[in-house]
Amino acid sequence: MSYSVSLKDRIGRFVINAIVIFLALICLLPLWNIVAISFSSSEAVSANAVGLVPVNFTTAAYTKIIDDAQFWRSFGISVLRVVLTLILNMILIILMAYPLSKSKREFRGRNIYMNVMIFAMLFSGGMIPSYLLIKNLDMLNTIWSLVLPGAVPIFSVILVMNFFSAVPKALEEAAFIDGANPLQVLFKVYVPVSIPALATVALFSIVGTWNDFFSGLIYMTQVSNYPLMTYIQSLNVNIAELLQSGTNSAQLSNLTEISNKNLNAAKIVVAVIPLLLIYPLLQKYFVTGIVVGSVKE
Amino acid sequence: MKQGNDRAKGRLGTGAMYHLMMLPGILFLLVFSYVPMVGVITAFQDYIPAKGMFGSKFVGLKHFIYMFKLPDIAQVFSNTLVIAIAKILLGTMMAIIFSILLNEIRIKFVKKSVQTIVYLPHFLSWVVLASVVVNMFSLDGIVNQILAFFGLENINFLGSNTWFQPLIIGTDVWKEFGYSSIVYLAAITSIDPGLYEAAGMDGASWWRKVWHITLPGMLPIILLMGVMSLTNILSAGFDQIYNLYNPVVYESGDILDTYVYRIGLVGRQYSFGTAVGLFKSVIGIVLLLSANHLAKKYTDRKIF
Repeated sequence: MSYSVSLKDRIGRFVINAIVIFLALICLLPLWNIVAISFSSSEAVSANAVGLVPVNFTTAAYTKIIDDAQFWRSFGISVLRVVLTLILNMILIILMAYPLSKSKREFRGRNIYMNVMIFAMLFSGGMIPSYLLIKNLDMLNTIWSLVLPGAVPIFSVILVMNFFSAVPKALEEAAFIDGANPLQVLFKVYVPVSIPALATVALFSIVGTWNDFFSGLIYMTQVSNYPLMTYIQSLNVNIAELLQSGTNSAQLSNLTEISNKNLNAAKIVVAVIPLLLIYPLLQKYFVTGIVVGSVKE
Repeated sequence: MKQGNDRAKGRLGTGAMYHLMMLPGILFLLVFSYVPMVGVITAFQDYIPAKGMFGSKFVGLKHFIYMFKLPDIAQVFSNTLVIAIAKILLGTMMAIIFSILLNEIRIKFVKKSVQTIVYLPHFLSWVVLASVVVNMFSLDGIVNQILAFFGLENINFLGSNTWFQPLIIGTDVWKEFGYSSIVYLAAITSIDPGLYEAAGMDGASWWRKVWHITLPGMLPIILLMGVMSLTNILSAGFDQIYNLYNPVVYESGDILDTYVYRIGLVGRQYSFGTAVGLFKSVIGIVLLLSANHLAKKYTDRKIF
């Protein structure tokens, strides 16, 4: 495209740049404010004096977190949950996407499996039957209640299936002629050439699992079993609601922490760090992933 | 190809191998997706946990009839629809506008940094963002400080039935507009640059090019995304509302999902909660099937 550099164009360009940068700042500054709060003294925080720069810089909130046994316990549960879910998800995604990427003729029964998956995506028994199932399986308060129900991420299977079906047939045929079986073809041919798609779904798995608080809330009856997001959520709960539902001593100790805005902010910052660490990786892949998944041309 | 494989392997045919690969995943789906589907029969029973699903008494449509007679339910439905539709409309508009503007940015550094930043909120959970929102919109938060600066009255956003819905809708658009713009940006880049050059020769202004080339070029994707979002019309966002609401704003904030959770699970009215959930699922599936049909008809693309 060619651009004349008339004054009108320049002004237009400047305005567009300004709007876009403004929108980016609107996304960034509220998050940055939390970081600033976490590094400020609690007096400054309760006086609402903290904007974008920490006031009376202190790491007191962070040193307090170090002593919070439940925080680290929940952190550990979340990490374990993410690792187990990721392993299970990736194995199942790869194993299912490969046969499903074959045509109906090559893999008889493909459409039946596909329908089973799509129906499970469309219709669910809902929150309460799922809860009753986990309860009847005796999985309440176990890590498995956080891992197994999400074992098959159907959307991801379909995404990888689409990616697999675009892999040139010749690659597979060559491997078969060399005497490979389908499992070997899958792991030696398909998986290596599908790294972008697999990375995308892996990152979906990590982000989704790390961020989920709801399974923890319904499947865990003891705070000590809460994953991190559920734990933080329980701290965020409105004081009024806590008082309404009748407080026990554990909740009372939470109450005193709620007033500690900067401590809460610090917990949130620490809880987000794992995501920020994988964010650069994430960004590299998810754009392609999204486009492959939704606007397949 | 098949022969070579059989010779080498000798034991298991390719087809059997494929079925074997599907087996673990299908088992998981049967247990964790299909068993709860069977569980919806509790909606037609007076479910008593001690007696279980097979011992409880069948009561037919009692819980559904009860649902439609509840005074809250109309409110809950209208909240769900209003919040969901507003989120879809405003979110889509915002994402389209943002992608068109972002596409105009020629300075690579600015473009990249802006993208990195606006995608970020999507990846943070509502547990985290609820703190951010509360911090901004509480009575002594920054938004009220700004209002005060302009001499306006303070607004209790989180405790006002007038302001709670706009807050929910606005903050959701804020969280998602960057991420949803990805597809629209991809759509814009696939438009033939020749069209813009031709329009430029004819003396079209920037605005005219957007109106006559960019938007029509994006139309199929906009339609597809719009049709797909139909399916979310009864899910106005449990995570967000659960993390932001409180008893004062139940009236304007309660959506079907939060209602099922509160009444069904917390209140232990399992059968009633399941009935509401089932109703939601059935409407959802009808919407999705219609959406798929519409997508096929108008955009030549199926969702599934």
